[in-house]
Amino acid sequence: MKPARKQRLQLVIFIVSVASIGIGLAVYALRDNINLFYTPSQMLAGEAPQNTRIRVGGMVVVDSFVRNEDSLDTAFEVTDGAANIQIQYSGILPDLFAEDEAAVALGYWTSEKIFKAEEVMAKHDEEYTPPEVADAMEKAHQATDKNAPGLH
Amino acid sequence: MITELGVLPTAEFGHFALILALCLAIAQAIVPILGTLFNNRLWMASARPIACGQFVFVAASFICLVALFLGDDFSVRYVADNSNTNLPGHFKISAVWAAHEGSLLLWVLILSTWTLAVAMFSRTLPLDMVARVLAVLGLVAIGFYLFLLLTSNPFERLLPFFPGEGKDLNPLLQDVGLIIHPPILYMGYVGFSVAFAFAVAALMAGRMDAAWARWTRPWTNAAWAFLTVGIALGSWWAYYELGWGGWWFWDPVENASFMPWLAGTALIHSLAVAEKRGLFRSWTLLLAILSFSLSLLGTFLVRSGVLTSVHAFAADPARGIFILMFLAMVIGGSLLLFALRGPTIARTASFGWVSRETFLLGNNVLLIVAMAFILLGTLYPLVADMAGWGKISVGPPYFNLFFVPLVLVLGVFMAPGSTTRWKSHATDTLIRPALGIIAGSMLIAAGALFLLAYPFNLLVFVALTVSAWILLWSCRDWWQKSASSQGRLLGAKRLRGSYYGMLLAHIGVAVTIIGVALTSTYSDERDIRLSPGGQVSIAGYDFLFKGVVDIPGPNYMARTGRIDVSRSDVPRNNDLSRSDVSRSDVSRNNAPVTTLQPEKRYYTAGGQVMTEADIDGGFTKDIYVALGEPLAGDAWSLRIYVKPFVRWIWLGALMMAMGGVIAVLDKRYRRLTVRAAQADTSAALKEGVGVSFDAD
Amino acid sequence: MFRLTQIKLFIPLLIFIVLASMLYWGLGRDPNAMPSVLVDKPVPLFNLPSLDIPLESAVDEPEPLVNQSVFKGQVTLLNVWATWCPSCRIEHPFLLELAERGVPIIGLDYKDENAKARLWLEEYGNPYQLVIVDQQGKLGLDLGVFGAPETYLIDSEGLIRHKHVGVVDERVWQSDFLALYNSFGGATVSVKGGEVRP
Repeated sequence: MKPARKQRLQLVIFIVSVASIGIGLAVYALRDNINLFYTPSQMLAGEAPQNTRIRVGGMVVVDSFVRNEDSLDTAFEVTDGAANIQIQYSGILPDLFAEDEAAVALGYWTSEKIFKAEEVMAKHDEEYTPPEVADAMEKAHQATDKNAPGLH
Repeated sequence: MITELGVLPTAEFGHFALILALCLAIAQAIVPILGTLFNNRLWMASARPIACGQFVFVAASFICLVALFLGDDFSVRYVADNSNTNLPGHFKISAVWAAHEGSLLLWVLILSTWTLAVAMFSRTLPLDMVARVLAVLGLVAIGFYLFLLLTSNPFERLLPFFPGEGKDLNPLLQDVGLIIHPPILYMGYVGFSVAFAFAVAALMAGRMDAAWARWTRPWTNAAWAFLTVGIALGSWWAYYELGWGGWWFWDPVENASFMPWLAGTALIHSLAVAEKRGLFRSWTLLLAILSFSLSLLGTFLVRSGVLTSVHAFAADPARGIFILMFLAMVIGGSLLLFALRGPTIARTASFGWVSRETFLLGNNVLLIVAMAFILLGTLYPLVADMAGWGKISVGPPYFNLFFVPLVLVLGVFMAPGSTTRWKSHATDTLIRPALGIIAGSMLIAAGALFLLAYPFNLLVFVALTVSAWILLWSCRDWWQKSASSQGRLLGAKRLRGSYYGMLLAHIGVAVTIIGVALTSTYSDERDIRLSPGGQVSIAGYDFLFKGVVDIPGPNYMARTGRIDVSRSDVPRNNDLSRSDVSRSDVSRNNAPVTTLQPEKRYYTAGGQVMTEADIDGGFTKDIYVALGEPLAGDAWSLRIYVKPFVRWIWLGALMMAMGGVIAVLDKRYRRLTVRAAQADTSAALKEGVGVSFDAD
Repeated sequence: MFRLTQIKLFIPLLIFIVLASMLYWGLGRDPNAMPSVLVDKPVPLFNLPSLDIPLESAVDEPEPLVNQSVFKGQVTLLNVWATWCPSCRIEHPFLLELAERGVPIIGLDYKDENAKARLWLEEYGNPYQLVIVDQQGKLGLDLGVFGAPETYLIDSEGLIRHKHVGVVDERVWQSDFLALYNSFGGATVSVKGGEVRP
């Protein structure tokens, strides 16, 4: 092999190995850092893991929002139409957070069946419902109905 | 009279101009190529005037849309959806590119601006090259015109029923930052189309030499500089407008702009090797294609909303299919061309393990690996959703986990790499100074932490060391290269613009790393409840909440809070968990710093609520206050942040962009393009190798 | 014959083709791409109660039964909706606008509770001339409904002429419905034919 050829080969091996190590690490890290989305029904059915960061979403139940008078602690319920769960959050809620609107929370599901949120996200604008929430609502409805026609 | 242009109403005139621009783009794509095939100089030369014509018509079309917005013509659906009579004038203009249709029109306007620039500043290029480059740009433009006209016409009328009042611009977008952010970002995105067109032209011609790399470099640098500023502006906008003080979220929209930036950065560096040494030629072509493909992907995926939900495609299948077809044709077509015509004869020039080539190769590998990670993290939720693995999101920890070490490694190699020679560099001349510089960098990092009185943090220490390392290497390199028998001043003047550009850009990277490290670690962020008269001490400042008053704005009602900030007399503490809330009405005897007036705006047309933070910006720290929500009584929840060195993040980015601009302005490109065009490849190569203190 | 170096150049293209086909396959599975088998066929036979609107009565008692003949005599939109469907709320304001323009809309309240449906119409306004109550989803099954909202264009003979899955907005109306609506003789309040320039 000519030296230039040999060098090219070494280079290719170097690049391929760096890239494959990288991809391996990426897949590994992805497994630890993805936040799965669960609906309130799934959570009450015990499908959601505890002590893992997950997301939950639904419509904020009307008249469920309460706030501690002395701190920034808040609690509210979200529903997918079939089940409600309580979410506790301490901090400032987004501008577009409101009852009877969609919200998604990121946090931990505890053994007391309460979701401790680290972050609460509301829809971005007036017309937008987070797709997960819209899906969850419609799925919850179809799940309660055995005769549901259709393809889902 | 703005609203009537001749016989046609403005909207129809704009639509018509757009159709004419499409026709010219078709001509621009076909005629010059035929010219190169039949060797007809007239046809080739027609590319320039056609490009000018295309620009004129798309500009006219754009002006029409602006006029429709200024004239509050709500019979046009796009205007009705994104404007309102009460919207201030400058926001009416920025509303033009607030949504899908208008931003696409801005895209083609910028594309034809770049095309025009290529047509004007390409006098030194061979005619057949100009013809091919402009033809490729014309092809890209055709895709956009068709997309606009067939699926996203901004001039569509709501007839016969149209609203008397518009829905108003999304309040998030009612901001000065958003007036300039999209155009500059698009200048960057679209600018890569020029590098792309050069690459495709080279493949078509089967000629890809040092001269090619030299023509491509300034265009790539310019696009990259715009993209850098665009990303920095986006980050800055998120920081002060979203109201929670974050400056980077790793969200899909940001990632979409960051990926072409990384690929573009790799391209800039591999172009240097292609020009100077004639190596990495296939790779450089591929990077040019990749940078532009990622720009296209970014534009489309962000605008079509597919990144937030797969269902966005379903909501409008016509657009979705068109986007896929267009991406497939542009990317697939250029990659097919690359496969068929790519340089197959490997250049046999070899280089030593310690040489500038090696360092630049390392740079490229690291940047592309970083890009691949981000691409994976961005597309993974989409793939998971499609494959039915559940709805997931990939959090910032994933991105940070890779990106932070990759950037630090990049920083470590970047500094000495830029001082090495081409071909081969004596290893000991690199290692000896390196030892001294490592020691110096660690001292500086430790000293900085001590002077700023921050608690020790290993990651911050490493980051500061890397930054100091970059700075010291840069200084040393400049000191050596500016040495001259006629005095240092003359020696410094003799160094090229592109060298100073590189130096500034690399220092910018160091500055950004410092900003990111310090602000991520030592920010003091508190969400707190305060009643009027209540006071809190954070990071050495007292914040006295004076209450909230109502002030009407042009199209909103504002509740404006007032917070007096003064320097605290209590000793500064870094215990982030402690807060010191006192309800004393009398402020302590402290030096006043500033008064902040954050707002909560209630927009009348759409009923939306917006948080406007107030920031006391400084070179070494920002004091950031935003109103949360009204609580019982007159109390409010407040976000109070003290963020050290946060401005350095954007300052560094601006320095990088400035570096890019300085490199573009280097006279060498203009002078040498003439020579390079005449000289053959090998001569150009020899010339490149012969220059020892080179810029890149 | 290709040499190794030449084959190498195809690698990026292959990677791209794999990625692109994955993406296309994923997007192509969207259920909205399903055409209705019922286009150009008559509305299925049904005999269902209708919702009691105007909304004075609070009693949850369905009104007299209606059947497929309600679609005879005029071009009508049949809109499948429910209170449990978030997208229906997004669609609702546009339906009100269409109703104002004189487009007759018949609602099909799909697998819903009457009380909730009444509350909804009271709160957000009523665009419907008539709301068919399909609590069991029988008519929905016959129509091939697989989610709300869905909207059907039905001509004066009672034949289904077009089906749209998902939210109808101004864009969908103008591009998918308006021409058909006009061609089957549908009328709007002030103009016929819709082709009016300012």
